[in-house]
Amino acid sequence: MELEHFKYDNKIVKYFAIATVVFGLVGMLVGLIIATQLFLPQLNLGIPYTTFGRLRPLHTNAVIFAFVGNAMFAGVYYSMQRLLKARMFSDMLSWIHFWGWQLIIVAAAITLPLGLTTSKEYAELEWPIDIAITLIWVVFGINMIGTILKRRERHMYVAIWFYIATFVTVAVLHVVNSFEIPVTLFKSYSWYAGVQDALVQWWYGHNAVAFFLTTPFLGLMYYYLPKAANRPVYSYKLSIIHFWSLIFIYIWAGPHHLLYTSLPNWAQSLGTVFSIMLIAPSWGGMLNGLLTLRGAWDRVREDPVLKFMVVAVTAYGMATLEGPLLSIKNVNAIAHFTDWIIAHVHVGGLGWNGFMTFGMLYWLIPKMWGTKLYSTKLANVHFWIGTLGIIVYALPLYTAGVVQSLMWKNFNAEGFLEYPNFLETVRQIVPMYIMRAFGGLLYLSGAIIMVVNLVKTAKQGSFMAEEAAEAPALEKKKIVGGHWHSALERKPVIFTVLTLVAILIGGVIEMVPTFLIKSNIPTIESVKPYTPLELHGRDIYIREGCNNCHTQMVRPFRSETVRYKGEYSKAGEFVYDHPFLWGSKRTGPDLHRVGGAYNNVWHYNHMLDPTSTSPGSIMPPYPWLYEDQIDPSLTAGKIKALRTVGVPYEEGYEDVANQDLKAQANEIVTDLKSFDVEIPETAEIVALIAYLQRLGTDIKAEPTANK
Amino acid sequence: MFKHYFEQVHNVEIWPIISLSIFFVFFVGLLVYVLRIKKDHVSHMSAMPLSEDSPENDINRS
Repeated sequence: MELEHFKYDNKIVKYFAIATVVFGLVGMLVGLIIATQLFLPQLNLGIPYTTFGRLRPLHTNAVIFAFVGNAMFAGVYYSMQRLLKARMFSDMLSWIHFWGWQLIIVAAAITLPLGLTTSKEYAELEWPIDIAITLIWVVFGINMIGTILKRRERHMYVAIWFYIATFVTVAVLHVVNSFEIPVTLFKSYSWYAGVQDALVQWWYGHNAVAFFLTTPFLGLMYYYLPKAANRPVYSYKLSIIHFWSLIFIYIWAGPHHLLYTSLPNWAQSLGTVFSIMLIAPSWGGMLNGLLTLRGAWDRVREDPVLKFMVVAVTAYGMATLEGPLLSIKNVNAIAHFTDWIIAHVHVGGLGWNGFMTFGMLYWLIPKMWGTKLYSTKLANVHFWIGTLGIIVYALPLYTAGVVQSLMWKNFNAEGFLEYPNFLETVRQIVPMYIMRAFGGLLYLSGAIIMVVNLVKTAKQGSFMAEEAAEAPALEKKKIVGGHWHSALERKPVIFTVLTLVAILIGGVIEMVPTFLIKSNIPTIESVKPYTPLELHGRDIYIREGCNNCHTQMVRPFRSETVRYKGEYSKAGEFVYDHPFLWGSKRTGPDLHRVGGAYNNVWHYNHMLDPTSTSPGSIMPPYPWLYEDQIDPSLTAGKIKALRTVGVPYEEGYEDVANQDLKAQANEIVTDLKSFDVEIPETAEIVALIAYLQRLGTDIKAEPTANK
Repeated sequence: MFKHYFEQVHNVEIWPIISLSIFFVFFVGLLVYVLRIKKDHVSHMSAMPLSEDSPENDINRS
């Protein structure tokens, strides 16, 4: 059969690789800054744009979507062309994908410090950027499926399945979780409320980890590990089981992020069970990766690429065992809301994603520049500094998590909380925060060494933008028979649809009952929509990213109902929360029952200088809230948008809402005046105080008869 | 909202059972397939990342 001649596009891989490195350094640097802010609050600099609450989403987005995202695309564009023996479907689509993605990253880097955020973790970007992400993701998908359709290799290698699953699932996750109603150009409210919003968000959040950080990198593992070790994957059969069981099970496990919350119990249990089941496919994949090195272990000693990959796969194994264990309710009761979780995700992020990326880059760059790695020694130095960095990062945080959690829960012999002051538990772990930052610094230093090494490597070689290749065209003859899976490997479209079905089943069964069955969220008569002033305050709370450090979810433990002086949080209390603000980490105390716990002037002083009311606090001050004013002209739009998504504001209320706003602000200002504090009614702090004083109080009120 | 039409649905117990059945059937099927898969196909597939430099396209071995 006649050979066709064509060229692999290496230039697009090069660009994605450069973006990976650049944004990797930026993302890690922002991480180091916020890690330092935790023991050196002055590093918040006293200006809005650099506070922890705004930079933390920047860090997570930069690392996930810019660093890991670009690494994924670089790896996919290189391996897919070769596995399918075809150039990418369209050069134009490749470049639209590349520049579109970088523009989205830049947009994120601008909007997040400005406080333009939806508050939903790893989905903080506002609606115009959400739309852009959708479009660019579709471009990536068309380019990928197009390449698959014009391939010269009849069967799709297992890496390609992981790429397809990534594309399909991330598309579904992103679209479903981004349903929001725009209020202004850069402000929107989540379509879902309270418990439902939480369920959708953590179905998304968990599966963003699964299908953005895991499946594409498993695909990369199945390609680059055999490449680097120069031997085929340990068990192809195992890879089939690995793939299907992983995507089938992963999608169900989201509710383990919501254990002991107001989520209905059956959904929590579902999350736990599927998380435990996840150990099997995850470890199947890990072992398949490690055993690929059978008989080549001696080379791991010499080849930095293999070293990085071995640690990456090992970290994957550790994180995927730890994850299911954390999903067991009584383990979760200790670990949740603490730094244990931060340690856990960084074993995955630094170990699995980071080291896999580094290993891949050390392999790709010499290959594409037709040369050898500039310095194996430097790569080894990077390897050891990086590994040490992970350990020094994670261990103190594990300790911090357990220590603080036990302090939260500790009762003395008289039956009182041993550490009733939350700050006491924070002060205890500040030294561990310092060690953690040092670990991060080590890791970042390693990455900088890599950059030097890779640049020198590129300089000594010459880049092959177009790599010539040849292969016979795929015959159009009909192949009958064969097993159904080998038939599947020939039919990418059916394969894609099946993948979609597999992931939809989990999502649908998990979410539909919560949405459709009223008994899942018992309504509470006394819970009322927020007042206009409180709405403004809530939006300030979201803008400042308060939810990054404060939860609004008192779990049903005695230690929490005693500490937070109120009932545990009920599902019915959140029915008007668009979006939900439960949070996932308690760097500071829970705020769900903060309403009425302090007087207005306490909040006034606390936000201006947290250490004045709470000596030793690591919270940054928020002086701009006292100078900046809320914009009452936005009130009507907020009310209308919320009514559209189901909050029962009466028709026409938006026209008179500002009168209520003024009255409530006046009340707070008058109260503050009695403490000799002068502040205009429209100052942002007034709205924020109104919101904080409302939090969790509805349940205490007598139900009013207005049926 | 559409959800109001479905509020009468109340046997939530059926959902886990449906889930379990789907899983059981799927994984038994997957296992049966994997155990019956032909050896030469397996070796062809697993050699794919390594064989890119030799451009032979092995269509007859599917």
